[in-house]
Amino acid sequence: MPERRTWAVAFVAPALVLIGVFLVFPALWTLYIGITDYQLTGPTAINPRVVGVTNFVSALDDALFTNSVWLTAVFVLGSAVIGQNVLGFTLAWLLRRVRPWLRRTVEGFVLLAWILPGPVVAYLWFAVLSRDGGTLGTLVGSNTAWLVEYPMASLVVFNIWRGTAFSMLLYTSALAAVPPSHLETARLVGASGWQTVRDVVFPHIRGHVLTNTLLISLWTANDFTPFLLTAGGPNHESEVLPVLIYRRALESGQLGYASAISLLLLIGNLVIALVYLRLLRRRA
Amino acid sequence: MAAIDIAGVSTVYPNGVRAVDDLDLAVADGELFALLGPSGCGKTTLLRTIAGLEQASAGTVGIGALDVTRLPPGDRRVAMVFQDYALFPHMTVAENIAYPLRVRRASKAAQRDAAERMSGDLSLTGLLDRRPGQLSGGQQQRTALARAVAADADVLLLDEPLSNLDARLRLEARTFLKRLQRELALTTVFVTHDQAEALALADRIAVMDAGRIRQLGTPREVFQRPADMFVANFIGSTPMNLLPGTVVDGQVEFAGTRLPASGVPGEVTVGIRPEYLRIAPDGVLSGRVSIVENLGVTSLVTLDCGVPVGVVVPEHEEPAVGDELRVSPAPGRVLLYGEDGRLR
Repeated sequence: MPERRTWAVAFVAPALVLIGVFLVFPALWTLYIGITDYQLTGPTAINPRVVGVTNFVSALDDALFTNSVWLTAVFVLGSAVIGQNVLGFTLAWLLRRVRPWLRRTVEGFVLLAWILPGPVVAYLWFAVLSRDGGTLGTLVGSNTAWLVEYPMASLVVFNIWRGTAFSMLLYTSALAAVPPSHLETARLVGASGWQTVRDVVFPHIRGHVLTNTLLISLWTANDFTPFLLTAGGPNHESEVLPVLIYRRALESGQLGYASAISLLLLIGNLVIALVYLRLLRRRA
Repeated sequence: MAAIDIAGVSTVYPNGVRAVDDLDLAVADGELFALLGPSGCGKTTLLRTIAGLEQASAGTVGIGALDVTRLPPGDRRVAMVFQDYALFPHMTVAENIAYPLRVRRASKAAQRDAAERMSGDLSLTGLLDRRPGQLSGGQQQRTALARAVAADADVLLLDEPLSNLDARLRLEARTFLKRLQRELALTTVFVTHDQAEALALADRIAVMDAGRIRQLGTPREVFQRPADMFVANFIGSTPMNLLPGTVVDGQVEFAGTRLPASGVPGEVTVGIRPEYLRIAPDGVLSGRVSIVENLGVTSLVTLDCGVPVGVVVPEHEEPAVGDELRVSPAPGRVLLYGEDGRLR
């Protein structure tokens, strides 16, 4: 039926155009300028030369790139895979059987951190962690410059605070799908909380755990909000990959080199995604 | 092994529904006891209150010598089989059966040993390494039973144990369940909405309605002498004839006839089970046959005696529609219910 196919294409076309213009084209463009010596200013801004894999080779050789990869891994593992996951599940598990008003209040506060725009929460945390009259410093009675002295720890805590809502909501709905009779069977044989989670709950929500971990890992790996808090400093101590890319592209003007790093980040994300998908498919 | 002693128990849900209402019940050690009633009568809530899955709002629950009212489910020495069996899909049959032992950190060998012993008792031999999804309904039910028995509890609780099986399997499972309970001599309480199941399985039955017990007795007592019209209506595979009548001068008048009856004069409802009416040439009730329903070895005949009266007749006596028929109640099987619906 050629006519129906024409209609189908017509309906899908607008979406495809949008995806093409805003996703596929930039990705290919990044791929292209990643193999050039394209700069923000200067002669190569007008006449970029194709330099092949030079950018990739120098990235892998660059101590600052290695540093960023390490910091990104710490950031993703600490704040997403462990932090948001564990805290989100714990909240969902504990809030199952509390009074509805208490549950709604806690969920409301947690969600607030999730729905506020990045710059707003960044400013908020700037105020909390500031050395001079910062909320945290005032509370514990010290004038530590948290973002300067503990930049990575600050970023990890910040991102847990910011992103836990998603995990909590996902786990809340996942827990609702665990059959009550299974939980009650565990209660009747005297299983502890941990035994119940391990033997009954986790096998039921394994797919949710993997999906959630995949999503929050990718989001955290690509998150740019750290720039608003520490701008990668002090002395590259909190320069996660998206911050490194931004600073290389727009502060140093090395667009070609930054694009090459972007592509490496993309490949890293792809590997993470494939590992998760493989684990997901292996479920019994 | 333990008896269950329930005294003045009420279970009220947070939304204010009083599912169990000031109820007293004693289940003897080793007894097979049925909680029977229509849906929403509180029978499952009562079972869950015994298990500790619901907290009694008032009263006490005792198991053996122990007052368990405030104990969590895991400390009550009760085991329960749920309607959906609640088998863990990611564990094998053996792991499911041995789960109570695993929770108590028994050795792997002890777990395997228990699973093998149980599988022998419950005809699950050769299935130990399968997953629940690979079992038939009857095998799943027996696996759930095996897990409950492996818990080595004092009391076994069953929520609608047969309702998820198809009709044919249900009869087999019923016989199996009764034999198993006899062998284990384990105090067992089960919930059912199926009166035939309760009559066939139980040593004693509590018929429940609106959170209270309407009648407590052996299947025979409950079938032959329902304590009120609710129970009379509920018990029996063919509905009991409940005919309006009047007591005057030591006789009860109903359906165009009279029978001797004691008691104060007044309006009554006469209850006669269709099974307790039989065809007799000198029968006191007479009417024209309006409907004949075949029940297999018997037929349910509806006689028009002014009011419709059901009679169960054996196959060789089956009348034709339109025949005139006389029937008599079996001696001592005519029940009179007062205006309050209670047996007089």
